[in-house]
Formats: sequence, C-alpha cells, structure tokens
Amino acid sequence: MLVNRQVAIIGGGPAGLTAAIEAAKVGAQVLIIDENARPGGQLFKQIHKFFGSKAHNAGVRGMDIGLNLLKETEESGAETWLNSTVIGLYEGNRLSVVRTMEDGSKKIHTVQAEKILIATGSQENTINFDGWTIPGVMGAGCAQTMINVNRVMPGTKALMVGSGNVGLMVSYQMLQAGIDVLGVVEAAPKISGYNVHAAKICRAGVPFYLRHTIIHAEADESGTLCRATIAALDEKWNPSPNTEQSFDVNLVCIAAGLRPLAKLAQMYGVEHGFIPELGGWMPLHDENMETNIQGIYVAGDTAGVEEANTAMDEGRLAGISIAQSLQLLPDQEAEQCKAEIRARLESLRLGPFGERRLQAKNRIVKKEVQL
Amino acid sequence: MYITDHPILGAEENTEMVNITVDGVPLRVRKGSMIAAALLANGIKVNRYTLKHHEPRGVFCGIGQCTDCVMIVNGQPNVRTCITPVEENMVIMTQNKD
Repeated sequence: MLVNRQVAIIGGGPAGLTAAIEAAKVGAQVLIIDENARPGGQLFKQIHKFFGSKAHNAGVRGMDIGLNLLKETEESGAETWLNSTVIGLYEGNRLSVVRTMEDGSKKIHTVQAEKILIATGSQENTINFDGWTIPGVMGAGCAQTMINVNRVMPGTKALMVGSGNVGLMVSYQMLQAGIDVLGVVEAAPKISGYNVHAAKICRAGVPFYLRHTIIHAEADESGTLCRATIAALDEKWNPSPNTEQSFDVNLVCIAAGLRPLAKLAQMYGVEHGFIPELGGWMPLHDENMETNIQGIYVAGDTAGVEEANTAMDEGRLAGISIAQSLQLLPDQEAEQCKAEIRARLESLRLGPFGERRLQAKNRIVKKEVQL
Repeated sequence: MYITDHPILGAEENTEMVNITVDGVPLRVRKGSMIAAALLANGIKVNRYTLKHHEPRGVFCGIGQCTDCVMIVNGQPNVRTCITPVEENMVIMTQNKD
C-alpha cells in the first residue's frame, strides 16, 4: 500500500515529537513512525531532574517532559504509527515500513513524503573485554530502561564501567532501585562527568577506581555473569600485572558513550562526517537541520549525540524549517522563531562539556568537517 | 525481581498480570511489560544461544538495536523481546537452545 504524507518523521523521541508538533500545528500533514509500543524515546527512563534554564525545563524530570510532549503531540493532530519499523529509505523519498495494524498483524507499507526527518537517536558504545557478551553484562542505558521503565532489577550487585554522566546517573538510579553498586571504574585519571552527580554516589559510599579498566567477566554454570575483574592501567593505558581485583557481581554496566543511529541517512546517500565530540560518524546538516539531500532532515542524537534538551530544540528547528519550506509559515515569522531556537541551543552548549559540542556543531554548519 | 516501591516512581500501580509460558514453563508476569523485562523479573537472563558456538546471550541494549535478546515468540523467531510487550497466553521459547 502506498501512503502519501507531507511530512514523515522517523522516530518519536524528543527530537521527532517536537518537530511533529511544530509542523503539525501550522497545518502540515505529519506522520510519526516509531518502532516502540509507546513514543517518547529515552525520556521515560530519565527520572532525574533536568539542569539548565527555565526555558529548558530545569528542575523537571525527563519522564514528565515526556508526558507533556505526548500530550502536545496528540493535540497537534500529528498521526502516529507505533510498533512500526522503517526498514528502508529509497529514491523519491519513499520509506518502507513494517507497520503493526490495530489487530496486531504486520503489513508492509510504502510511505512517500515531501519532507522526511530522520530522528532515530543513538546507540550505546561497548567495550570488547574478555567475557563482554555474557548475559548480565549490558549497556548502562539498558539497565536504566529495565529499572526505570520496566521496573525490573537487572541484577542485585553491580559494577559500573565509565564515569561520564550516564555512568554516574545510572549508578545513582541503581542505588535508588535497591541495587548494590560495588564500584565505578574509569580509565581516565579523573571522573568524566559532572561533580554534582559524582558527589551523590560518593556520599552513598560507592568507591571509584580511577586509572582502571575491566579486563574479564566470568559466568557461572547457568551461563550468566557471576564475577568481574578490573586492573590498574599503566602510562600506556595497558593493564598492569598483579593489580587485578575481582568483584562478585551479577550485573556489569558499560557506560562508554553513544554514537548516532543513522543507517537510513547512510542508505539514502546523505553526506556524513566523522566528529568525535558528537559520537563519530554522522549525517551532516545545515543551519535548518536539512542534509545535503533536499527534503531530508536530521535532528537530535542522529545529528550528533548530545542530550534531550538539545534534541528537543533541534527537533523544533527542523519542524519549523520544514513548515517554512512547505510554505505553511511566512518567511519572516519562521526566521524569527529559528533565530530564537538557535540562540537557545547556543545557551545549552556552554561550559567545558558544551563548548566542545558547540564548536563541533559550528564546524558542521559552516561545512568545515573533513569528509 | 520487580521494583514495587521506588523513591521517585512511587509504588507500582500496575498490578494486572498475564499468563505466559517460557520453554513450556508457565509464568505470571506484569501486563504490558516487555518480554525481556518480564523474564528478568523471573530470573531468566538467557534469551538465545549463538548459532555457531552456542554461547548464551541476554538483553544488552534494551532499545531494540543490538538483537541479542531475540527469542521465538508464538512460533516466530528473531522477535526483539526488549521492545515487544507480553500478551496473555504468549508462548516464548529460548532461541537455538538445543
């Protein structure tokens, strides 16, 4: 079946939903496609209060921002297909979608859209140590999903590998859920994330193992994780002999950063660049979040890994740009809205962490990225 | 183990359960939860075995990207259990168990 829509948005996370709201509220016919049973992306596992200014939901928990977005999306009139996976993006802006129908059956639909936004988010990186595939070893974000969204304990005794903000916050959220966190392992000589997050788990008595890495995980007779071993790193970042320490754990969480999920953009020949500050290979975009292929937009982590607030503003920027190019918004009004959003985005990219991202984003928009 | 009480999320309000079987064993699990999570809550951590070396695999990314948690659900193989909710009378099998 061929379905025509003005705008198709792939991914109903913070970027996709805000884009849908902006485009739909000025009259665009918008279809959001998401492979999950519920939209909202990774907002519902973020049970902590957000930082930043009032304009950026400071003090509001991610899950509550998610609920508000779902409500706004519904009111905007955008259509949503859930449990539906985009499996291809082909010439002529055609999407192949495995759509789950109301009766639960699956059908392949082709969606043709004038404008397509790819907002598929990002994926966690891993570390390939000996035993990393043993059940019980998982991404920190995975453990966070199990605990905060599914309300299930993925283990009872845990070791966290990585002390960036994800590693620190998930460690704290594991403590909140009643999981014993035996330590946070970090290869660098200092904690990578914000001190405010580190302090919370320090106060709870969780030890940090700086200049250490995980070298080994062991399974019991059931084939699942029972022990993990770490070692100190020498000046060449190699494990030093006789520094091993073992922990009896049934959960190892890996918080080693994220990378953009951009398979569909790759498939369509969108120009990519390698930007380490934003997670590696990613589709490039202009100041309107449009790629080098006219009508194809990217926003959120797909356009460079940052956080939910930047994703929401990039989504708004993409939604308004799309509405403008569909002539649903007068140029002057659209330009004014976009200028406001760009200023807000700049204010989010401050501080030692944000500044690197700001510089990287500026390189992308000014087309100074090495291809 | 389910988290029934939580300092931020509060007490669990969803107490409705459904019946499923996993490798023939009947289980009562929380309605609407993802299959992989429902299994974790019951101590089941192995979802499949690899074809070549028969190594166990469990939930790894939790968002439908890595496909480590795929199982046979109602006769259909390769179902990503971390993003597929449980339903009444679902028949779930460890993939490539033997």
